[in-house]
Amino acid sequence: MDILRIATAGSVDDGKSTLIGRLLYETQSITRDKLEALEAASKRKGLDFLDLSLLTDGLIAEREQGITIDVAHIYFSTPTRKYIIADTPGHFEYTRNMVTGASNAKVSLILVDARHGVVEQTFRHFFISSMLRIPKVIVCVNKMDLVGYSEERFQQIKQEFQDIATKIQFSGQEIEFVPISSLYGVNITKKSDEIGWYSGASLLETLERFDDQIKADSSHAARFPVQYVVRPKTEEYHDYRGYAGRVASGTFSVGDEIVVLPTGQRSKISSIEKFDQSLQQVHARESVVISLETDVDVSRGNMLVKAGEEPAQLREISAQVCWLDYQALTPGKTLLLQHGINDTKAKVLALDELVNVQTLERSENPAQLKLNEIGGIRLKIAKPIFADTYQENPSNGAFILIDEFSHATVGVGFMN
Amino acid sequence: MSSFGDKSLIPASALENPIFPRELEDEAIYIMREVAAQFERPAILFSGGKDSITLVRLAQKAFYPGKIPFPLVHVDTGHNFPETIAYRDWLAKEVGAELIVRYVQDSISQGKVQEETGKYASRNALQTVTLLDAIEEFKFDACIGGARRDEEKARAKERIFSVRDDFGQWDAKRQRPELFDMLNGRISVGENVRVFPISNWTELDVWNYIKEEGIPLPSIYFSHQRPVFERDGMLWADSEFINKDTDEIPYEATVRFRTVGDMTCTAAVLSEATELDDIIGEILSAEISERGARMDDKRSEAAMEKRKQQGYF
Repeated sequence: MDILRIATAGSVDDGKSTLIGRLLYETQSITRDKLEALEAASKRKGLDFLDLSLLTDGLIAEREQGITIDVAHIYFSTPTRKYIIADTPGHFEYTRNMVTGASNAKVSLILVDARHGVVEQTFRHFFISSMLRIPKVIVCVNKMDLVGYSEERFQQIKQEFQDIATKIQFSGQEIEFVPISSLYGVNITKKSDEIGWYSGASLLETLERFDDQIKADSSHAARFPVQYVVRPKTEEYHDYRGYAGRVASGTFSVGDEIVVLPTGQRSKISSIEKFDQSLQQVHARESVVISLETDVDVSRGNMLVKAGEEPAQLREISAQVCWLDYQALTPGKTLLLQHGINDTKAKVLALDELVNVQTLERSENPAQLKLNEIGGIRLKIAKPIFADTYQENPSNGAFILIDEFSHATVGVGFMN
Repeated sequence: MSSFGDKSLIPASALENPIFPRELEDEAIYIMREVAAQFERPAILFSGGKDSITLVRLAQKAFYPGKIPFPLVHVDTGHNFPETIAYRDWLAKEVGAELIVRYVQDSISQGKVQEETGKYASRNALQTVTLLDAIEEFKFDACIGGARRDEEKARAKERIFSVRDDFGQWDAKRQRPELFDMLNGRISVGENVRVFPISNWTELDVWNYIKEEGIPLPSIYFSHQRPVFERDGMLWADSEFINKDTDEIPYEATVRFRTVGDMTCTAAVLSEATELDDIIGEILSAEISERGARMDDKRSEAAMEKRKQQGYF
C-alpha cells in the first residue's frame, strides 16, 4: 500500500480544521469515544453542532485561541492508500511551520473562503507550495453554503486564483479547483446535489486519482548518502563491511559502477541487502545496505553515485532561503549547513534579494532576512558538498541551516 | 537467525495480501540509523508493549547483520503484567541486546516520589522521575520511544527528534522545524532528545507490521481467561495493585488487552481474538480508540500535553 502526504493550509477562519475533521468523519476514521468527547467539548463551548476542528487543535494554547499554531499530523486510510495530512497554520507568523509541514507533501490543499475569495494568505500558501515544488495543488473553495452554492462565485474565484498563479506556477505543476462545504459535508467524499453544475470529482476522489510521485523521485539521478557503516566484527561476518543508507533519488542495481564522493574512488556494487533479503535493484526512498566489490574508503556523510551522473562539487552556494528564527539573518554570519545527512560550516557571503511573497517584488541587497522571510543568499562553505539544484532533484537539492550555539534549525534553503 | 521475527508465525492472509506500507519501515530504519550516527549514548525505551516491540524489530533490521547498538531500558513500575516482564527478558536475550531495568519502587524508597493513594492510585506519573534518573545515571543523550502521532492530539504535534531540557521537559512552542527528512540532533550539555521512529504509524499499521513480520507478542494481547472487575464502565484485571471498593467484585471473563501499560491503568476488553487476524478485525470494527482504555489519559483533556511537559515520553 502506498502513502500520500498532503499539506493543508488556510487562513484562520477558512474552516481548515473542520475540513480535516470532515474527512476523518466521512472515512470512518474517528472512533465512537473520540466522537463522544467531541460532542461534549462542542457543547461546553455552547455550540449546537459538532465542532470538528476540536479534533485537530491539540495544544492548550490552540484550543484557547481557536487557531492552529504548530503542525499536526493526522492519518486516515481508504482501501486505495494511506494518507498523512500535515495540518499547518495559515497565519503569517507561523509561515515557518507551514514550510516545515509542507516539505514532505506531494499534494497541497489550499483553502479559500467562498465569501472572501483569494486573499493575501492564499497567495502566500501557493507561493510556498510552488517554492517547495509540490506537484499538485488543490484549491478548495470552502463555505459554498454561504454563497448559495453559486457557480458564478466559484468561477470568479477560480479566475482570480489563476490570474496570480500563472506568475509562479512551475511547468508540470497541476492546479485543480473543488467547491466544498466542510460544515455540511458537501463534495468532500462524494458529489452532492447542491452543486449539480459541478462536473468534477469530489475532494477525496481527486486525491484518490493522484498518481504517486515516488516514481518521479526514482527517475532522478541516483544518489545514496551513507548513513552508517555496518561492521559486525563477529566470527560469521568477520570481514563484512556494508554501507547503510536510504536511497535519496534514482535507482541502484547490483553491478552498477559507482563513484564515492568526495574521494572520487570507483567501485562496483556487489550486493544490495534489506535485512535478510538480497535485492537486484533498489529505488528511491528505500533503506538498504550496499556492499562494494573492492575495498575503498567510505564513511558516514559520503555519497555513492552512479559513474557518469556525478553532481556538481560546490564550495559556494547560491540558494533561496526561508528564515525560521526570531533572530534575523545578516551577512557575515556563520552557521552550520546540513545537506541531507552531511554537514559543514557555512558563512553568509551576501543577501542578494528579498522576495515580497505578497507582491512578488524583489528588493536587492536587504540588510537582513527576518523570521518567515524568503530571499536569495550566497554562502561559502568549509568543505565541499555534492548537490543538485532543487529544481532538478529536490531530494539532493535542499539544506537546513543550524545555529552554532543554540543548535536550533534556523533556516531552510533550496539550491539554485 | 533468532526466532524474533519468525516466518512460521506469518499468517497465510499476510503472505497473500500484504498491506503494510513499507515506506514506513524504510523511514523508521533511516531514523534508527541517524540515532546511532548522531548520538553517543542512545537507548531504546522498552515498555513491553507492541510499539516498543516494533522498535526492537526495526533496530534489528537497521543494523543487520550487526547487533543493535543500543541498550533496551525498561522503567519497571512494579505494577507490570508478569507476562510482559517474562517477554522482555526473553526478547533481550533473543536479539542479543543489553537490558537495563530501573525500578519506580527505588525512587519511592529514596523519597524522590510519593505513592498515590485512593481508588485510582497509579504509578504511571511516578515513572517519569525514575526515567529522568536513569537518563542521568547512564548519560543517555537520545531515548528512542514508540509513541505515535495518531494516539493522542498532543502527540500529533510531536517531532521525530524532540529536544528536551535538563528536566526532560517538552516545550511545544520551541520545537525545531523538521524539514524534508533532515534530522538535527545537535544538543547542548544537559539536553537530551526523545526520538520517535514510528511517529507516522497508526495502530493498524503496527498490527499489520507485526503480522507481516511474524513478530511474537506477550500473551496478554490475545484472548485469555482472567479475573476482572468493573469500574467506570471498563474492565480491570484484578490485582493486588488496585484498591478495589467493596462493591467491585471480581469475576472470570474472556478478555485481552489492546495496549499494555500498568495493571492499574490499562483496561481489558472482552474478546475472543486468539489470532492476529482476529485482533485486526476487532480494531477495524472497534468503537473505542486505543487510548480510550487508558485511565492516565482520561484525567483531563490536556492530560497528555501536561505529562509531556513534565518529561513523560
